[in-house]
Amino acid sequence: MNGPLLKVENLTKHYPLGTGFLKKTIPVIRAVEDVSFSVEAGETLCIVGESGCGKSTVARLLMRLVEPTGGRVLIDGTDIAGLKKDALHAWRRRMQMVFQDPYSSLNPRLTAGQIITEPVENFERLSRRQRQALAADLLRKVGMSPEMMHRLPSELSGGQRQRLGIARALALNPSLIIADEAVSALDVSVQAQILNLLLDLQQQMGIAFVFISHDLSVVEHIGHRVAVMYLGRIVELATCEALFARPVHPYTEALIAAAPVPDPTRVRLVAPVEGEVPSPINPPRGCAFHPRCPLAVDRCRIEVPPLVPMADGRVVACHVRAPATDIPSQPAEVGDHSLAHVLSLMIRS
Amino acid sequence: MTLLSAPVEYVPTGRLRISGLPRLARRHPLVVIGGGLLALLIVLALAAPLYAGDPLNMDPFKRLQPPSAEMWFGSDNLGRDVFARTIFGARISLMVGLLSAAGAALGGVLIGVIAGYNRGFDNIVMRVMDGLMSIPTILLAIALISLTGPGIAILIVAITIPQMPSVSRLVRSAVLSVRERPYVEAALCGGARLPKVLWRHILPSTIPSLMVQSAIVCADAILTEAGLSFLGVGVPPEIPSWGNMISSSRLYLAIAPLTVFAPGICLAVTVLAVNLLGDGLRDLFDPRAKRRRR
Repeated sequence: MNGPLLKVENLTKHYPLGTGFLKKTIPVIRAVEDVSFSVEAGETLCIVGESGCGKSTVARLLMRLVEPTGGRVLIDGTDIAGLKKDALHAWRRRMQMVFQDPYSSLNPRLTAGQIITEPVENFERLSRRQRQALAADLLRKVGMSPEMMHRLPSELSGGQRQRLGIARALALNPSLIIADEAVSALDVSVQAQILNLLLDLQQQMGIAFVFISHDLSVVEHIGHRVAVMYLGRIVELATCEALFARPVHPYTEALIAAAPVPDPTRVRLVAPVEGEVPSPINPPRGCAFHPRCPLAVDRCRIEVPPLVPMADGRVVACHVRAPATDIPSQPAEVGDHSLAHVLSLMIRS
Repeated sequence: MTLLSAPVEYVPTGRLRISGLPRLARRHPLVVIGGGLLALLIVLALAAPLYAGDPLNMDPFKRLQPPSAEMWFGSDNLGRDVFARTIFGARISLMVGLLSAAGAALGGVLIGVIAGYNRGFDNIVMRVMDGLMSIPTILLAIALISLTGPGIAILIVAITIPQMPSVSRLVRSAVLSVRERPYVEAALCGGARLPKVLWRHILPSTIPSLMVQSAIVCADAILTEAGLSFLGVGVPPEIPSWGNMISSSRLYLAIAPLTVFAPGICLAVTVLAVNLLGDGLRDLFDPRAKRRRR
């Protein structure tokens, strides 16, 4: 198959605040703004960012649990936003989701077997025997004993519940699984088990993942490529190795610097970002990161930086670190400025 | 990786089991008492022709008689058997109560579920429901009956309609709270269509509160029927109903007290049984209570 499995183009979601009855302009929350990326078959794309940066909204948009305000989501070249009910129903088979909270994402009244076989039964009729065989098969795939199919979710541990969530997502043999903070509700030891399970499944079945997380150590462990989001926009998208070895965007840098490393002798080179994430209702003009950015120049306050491809294939949205080349005279100047700025920062700290 | 073959311990725990009657009685005595009393009343009412006399047979020579072997509760002002009329009256009361509760539950669920899922429908229909709630039940029922004339079918309809708002509000709020749960979204992601999501994931969670509310509606309907019959707009006067009996015999309370007390006590016991059952069901379905017991 040619082309990427999933292609997202200029995806945008604004949530209106209130109904706007008798009001001229309704304030909107700009949850996701102009997000584009693609996922190849069998690949893991991680989306990282602080709370409230729009990661989960992207996941919900991909699953079409919410309707996008603008942009397109293409699966194998088909735009799912334009699909009518029946086509959408058929398309659900290609893409499944694993939810964050293993407690509230399982219906407490259904048994494990009923939960994981339900997706298949939405598409075909199963006899009692087929259903049991399917449930046992799915449970084995996620490392659980088939006897568990008669248990209720309340009789299972958090890790077992999340395995059920994964088994449910696997039931339809999807090509892509979206995992929205799939391990963040779990203990660290259980997290590792679930992550390894996901890696195993990817190797065995060639499933692509969109893995949404705020935990950089998790992302480093399983990601092929990483998209860093800030206030609804992607600010940097690079391969996992490149991003962790040499972050370009100052926000990425700060994120990586802020992640705890078990090495007391390590010296922090980059000062952690200060302040809060600005409100997505009234985002700062220009680059959304400029109020917190140590490198910010005048241009950052006026103009939204575009995503600029760099030599190693990554894309970065930063006027200082990745100046757009199509604007003459500006790059060198800005480049000089940035170098001087970084040096001055390092001397100061 | 070793993970897929990692041993997963299997600890047998108590599966949900339909508990036996003794256990139910120990844990939820109200359900057993109320349900048992109600069941007894239903059996007595259904089996009335087997042991009670003719409730319509008048005998002018035996008016306002005291209790005797022939007529256990004596006779009324037209010489009719009070015991027979009380037993046959239970049929009317129970039928009106149960059918009204069923009708209100059915209509309430339908309206509540659609209102919980469709904002446009919600805005319009729930305002209508608010309007209905502001009208006193008895007045609304009298207005409806006066449109068609007395009859049992219209009586049930007239009692059901004013009860629907409370049920539909309850169901709507339950639907609103459940529809945002991740497991409902997960079902949608799994390709479930809306009717199935409603039926499998949303409706079951409304059942506990629905059962309790239905019991309240049932008790209320029985009382309303008695009230309407007492006022003379309910069941046609020749048909024995507890309300009718109290209404027509109240003048003879001093001479033949049983003509009023027999239907009155039956009415009280029936409503009590239904309310006990409702209270018991609320405890039975309360998940917090369940956890406390374990």
